[in-house]
Amino acid sequence: MTRSFLGWPAFPAAAEREVGNRQLRENVRRATHTIRGKRAVLAAERPDWDALRDSAAAIKDQVLADLETQLLRAEEKVTAAGGTVHWARDAAEANRIVTELVRATGETEIVKVKSMLTEEIGLDAALEAAGINARETDLAATIVQLGDDLPSHVVVPALHRNRSEIRDIFVREMGRHGRPAPDGLTDDPAELAEAARLHLREKFLGAKVAVSGANFLVAETGTLVVVESEGNGRMCLTLADTLISVVGIEKTVPSWQDLEVFLQLLARNATGERMAPYTSTWTGTTDGDGPRTFHLVLVDNGRTRALADPTGRQALRCIRCGACMNTCPVYERTGGHAYGSVYPGPIGAILNPLLKGLDDPQTASLPYASTLCGACNEVCPVRIRFTDVLLDLRAQVADGGQHPVERAALGAVGGVMAHQAAWKAAVKTATTAGPLLPRRIKLPGALGGWTDSRTLPAIPKESFRGWWKRTQGDTK
Amino acid sequence: MMRSMPPNVPRPRTALFVTCLNDTLFPGTGRAAVALLRRLGVEVDFPPGQSCCGQMHFNTGYRKRTAELARHFVDTFGDYEEIVVPSASCAGMPAEAYPLAAAGDPGLARAVAELAPRVVELTEYLTDRLGVEEVGAYFPHRVTYHPTCHSLRATRLGDRPYRLLRAVRGIDFVELPAQEECCGFGGTFSVKNPAVSGAMNGDKARHVLETGASVLAAVDNSCLMNIGGRLDRDGHPVRTVHLVEILARTEQDGPLPGVPVVEEAR
Repeated sequence: MTRSFLGWPAFPAAAEREVGNRQLRENVRRATHTIRGKRAVLAAERPDWDALRDSAAAIKDQVLADLETQLLRAEEKVTAAGGTVHWARDAAEANRIVTELVRATGETEIVKVKSMLTEEIGLDAALEAAGINARETDLAATIVQLGDDLPSHVVVPALHRNRSEIRDIFVREMGRHGRPAPDGLTDDPAELAEAARLHLREKFLGAKVAVSGANFLVAETGTLVVVESEGNGRMCLTLADTLISVVGIEKTVPSWQDLEVFLQLLARNATGERMAPYTSTWTGTTDGDGPRTFHLVLVDNGRTRALADPTGRQALRCIRCGACMNTCPVYERTGGHAYGSVYPGPIGAILNPLLKGLDDPQTASLPYASTLCGACNEVCPVRIRFTDVLLDLRAQVADGGQHPVERAALGAVGGVMAHQAAWKAAVKTATTAGPLLPRRIKLPGALGGWTDSRTLPAIPKESFRGWWKRTQGDTK
Repeated sequence: MMRSMPPNVPRPRTALFVTCLNDTLFPGTGRAAVALLRRLGVEVDFPPGQSCCGQMHFNTGYRKRTAELARHFVDTFGDYEEIVVPSASCAGMPAEAYPLAAAGDPGLARAVAELAPRVVELTEYLTDRLGVEEVGAYFPHRVTYHPTCHSLRATRLGDRPYRLLRAVRGIDFVELPAQEECCGFGGTFSVKNPAVSGAMNGDKARHVLETGASVLAAVDNSCLMNIGGRLDRDGHPVRTVHLVEILARTEQDGPLPGVPVVEEAR
């Protein structure tokens, strides 16, 4: 049974559980700090870094403003190059299309190139229900799949696992899905990589059908682009007879000249490398070279919903580099699972509500999964203003009437504050009664979280305004 | 050296927006702001009608309430030529939040746009408007400084607070490790997500202890209340002091009572 985030608890409860896991916190802290440091060095290396970010944001905004034209152009080019284009409104439609395409080949074991979109739509589970075993080939995705786990990061889905946990998963699970782990496997990274290489080699060589995502779709030529570190993608994209690429409609860039901007940003910002080790591009099919059949499944699944949100649509610029989660102090303490989605961290906190709407309490909790510290704004390669979108989504939640108690409380406070006499009276009451309050108490209700780990500040005997009234600001 | 303003030049009408948190819980910060500004020749006024900038409301999603408070802010401070604020996060509200809260109310939007450039965070006021770094302060203690997120990424104070701190006589200033990381307060975040907030705050408190400082300074009492609440609960005697309270102290005041004095300064 493939695990999923269905029915996941809202962020505060899920986060509390994850924060309590010391091993997880240490794993996530180490990993994010390592990538953060490498990224900072390589971003600083480019004198034109901010100009590249400006260009990337502008290109994406241009595409999003003209998405229909760009997509139709891409469809025309892919079709002319021998591919077939399918349009999927939502996850169910995308899964049905892919399942039917695989069924038509008669294959029951296929390989996959890591793709967050196929995680988003739950493709593996849909294929499994149809009797098709889809095996991941990216190292981190393989760790997640073998461990019957869930991804916790968009670039490094197994970021929450350390190497001894990975060793245990390999020893326990590899034999059940193909070539077993070598005898006496240790947690040495080179040994773990070699074990994965041997296990996966059989899959690449045997598979007739591959499913991939794509980092980019270049509209002017209908070219798909996959950027990766391990070469597993290259294997799947070239060795299979049939290639099915499942791609979100927002992945479109107009031209190769535009692509250049993103290829300079992506690897530096994602993994702290000047260039990704493998950048594969393909256009339809080519006789005698690579897959003989190519299908492109273009997926909406909420993207046009996000596009309709004037503030939120900038989230569709995202190129899934993961820098926002690597730099986020909240993600660092909770890891990715707390967000209840394959898109965690700051991008998850805005993208999930934009894709799905705010009706569900889990999704509605995500815009509040941030201190608004703004660290993500500064590392985003496409200049998403996360804090602007978070605040706008919070306003949508508040207007939706989901927090009646809080609304009443803040409404009352606001009313008092906007009313001079009432506010003066409130300050007076606080400073009269306040000094009598003990500082180590458990506050009732929702405020109890504050006193769990902090004392309260001492409440002074005289407010500032009281002092001013008495002295007119004479400090002598 | 302290720079005194030339006589006979009409002073700008300067208002102190003390902020609701300082008014009720940290009046010492307001008193220090008044003392410091007067020492530097600025006659500061306190319009008594002032209340709250509405940050808590805005950050939690209540934009109509924020608009009411923005209107109240404009009514209270509209006549002043400059409004000085001893809080980086509250000082940023008129420029960052009020335009969004005022959407759909062109009159308020205009008033806010006109007023926002006159609202200045206190350390920026000192360095940029008064052009001072050495303000005549004396503070013979080991101090570390937490740059709050708003001061770092919204109000963008840069090195201004450090320049002011380093110019204080007798001070032993030590850099805080991982200082640019959020303390976990985040307003209602600390109440809605107490576990994560507590974990972030615990790490921040640990870094403060690593410096061996007796005093932690910042330009936002909200964050200091968060970190100080943790340090206090864990039994650590580190004091949390708003930066302006350090800048306001002189040799006449002597060392801060109950806080270890730095040897060289004796």
